[in-house]
Amino acid sequence: MSKQNLKGWKEIPEGGMITEPGSSVGFDVQAWRTYRPVMDKSKCTKCGMCWIYCPEGAIKYNADGSYEIDLTYCKGCGICNRTCAVKAISMVKEER
Amino acid sequence: MARVGLSGNYAIAYAVKMADVDLIAAYPITPQTTIVEKLSDFVANGELNAEYINVESEHSAMSACIGASLTGARVFTATSSQGLAYMHEVLFMASVLRTPIVLANVNRALSAPLNIWNDHSDAMAERDSGWIQFWASSAQEAFDTTVLAFKVAEETRLPVMVNIDGFIVSHTYEPVEMPGEDAIRSFIPSKAMLNRVSPRLSYSTGVVGPPEYYYEMKYQAVDAIERSRERIREMQATYNKAFGRDYGDTYGYFMEDADYALLTMGSMTGTARVVAEKLRSQGEKAGVVSIRTYRPFPSDILERLLRGVKSVGVMDRAVTPGGPVSPLLADLASCLYGFAERPVLQGFVAGLGGRDVTEDEFEMMYSKTKDAGKSGHAGQTVYVGLRE
Repeated sequence: MSKQNLKGWKEIPEGGMITEPGSSVGFDVQAWRTYRPVMDKSKCTKCGMCWIYCPEGAIKYNADGSYEIDLTYCKGCGICNRTCAVKAISMVKEER
Repeated sequence: MARVGLSGNYAIAYAVKMADVDLIAAYPITPQTTIVEKLSDFVANGELNAEYINVESEHSAMSACIGASLTGARVFTATSSQGLAYMHEVLFMASVLRTPIVLANVNRALSAPLNIWNDHSDAMAERDSGWIQFWASSAQEAFDTTVLAFKVAEETRLPVMVNIDGFIVSHTYEPVEMPGEDAIRSFIPSKAMLNRVSPRLSYSTGVVGPPEYYYEMKYQAVDAIERSRERIREMQATYNKAFGRDYGDTYGYFMEDADYALLTMGSMTGTARVVAEKLRSQGEKAGVVSIRTYRPFPSDILERLLRGVKSVGVMDRAVTPGGPVSPLLADLASCLYGFAERPVLQGFVAGLGGRDVTEDEFEMMYSKTKDAGKSGHAGQTVYVGLRE
């Protein structure tokens, strides 16, 4: 969630109502992560299990049948890593 | 205007009936029970066209009220003590979600030990929940305050709690003047609320407020109750004019020239006034201030009323264990702290768990308050009537 787009208390609908559907698209959860999933596309068999199991919908399905992780919405839970039958997804510690 | 004998609880039930509520969700608890019993009679007899939900707990009662209120319905619930405590977490949602719910809280001590009698610990534990709190000291006030509560709730879109003392007000029969239903309905006409949940509108409520948004969403409710202070006074004045009453946020008795005053809330106000009359006949410059609107706290009015008063005896029917002082005294002390000229404040705790507070005890409190005023120093909080 970028700082410049944040609304002030006077701009938010009364009672904290959300009046526009899909507002969670603007919610960046990257800072929640301790481990980042890294996909090795050479190992990926395109089975789609990570896409099915990701609780955040953070794995994108590309037109060519491949999969890709959208880190904006990834909280680093590691379910994709556990689910992947061919161990194409590894968890790497977030470090600066 | 009909003049009838009603208990405080029945006075509230009649006010709710005249308000033509759409939904009542409540769970029985002493000493509140006769309010919702009477209302269920009204609904069963066809005298009140409302949904009556027999919920399985107070937590559900408040949750059902929030849901119904969000659809634009006029809703009511009543509870006491443990029931209010059981609603605790949901009360905070009602205020931030801006649901204009009216709740009658018939004040009763919190366990332990188990006690069904009156004190103010239940409401005091919820004073930070963002609810407007009114306190009524008679059956007549209970009726009038409940009618006003619907108006205030819907105009400010904040939930309102109407407090009456358990048994002392709730079960005592007094003459009550009730205006006709038409007059009440023209004061609080049914109207569509803002923020309506409807199949035609798409929005989410009760959403997650992450650190980026919680603060702003919470502050909306803080601002709303701050701004309600003036609005309540205007609506109170309109009510007074329509129905011939003289209510305000506070009620001063002999305060024009009082040197020493007692500050009360709820039914203790009546005894305090009787004692003040007696003291006045003995030449004492005694006065009584009672608070009717406790949240938002009428700081400005209290400061004005108490200007020139030498000392104030603050009577709490609740305690803040381990705190600096009991709740009402803490509120008054913090509202007067910024003023150079302020009265000495003497704390009293009285009447916990339904213990009677007698006229003699009021005289003792007055005398201790006067001593504090003369010496310029308050003593420790006095636990009135406590056996050692």
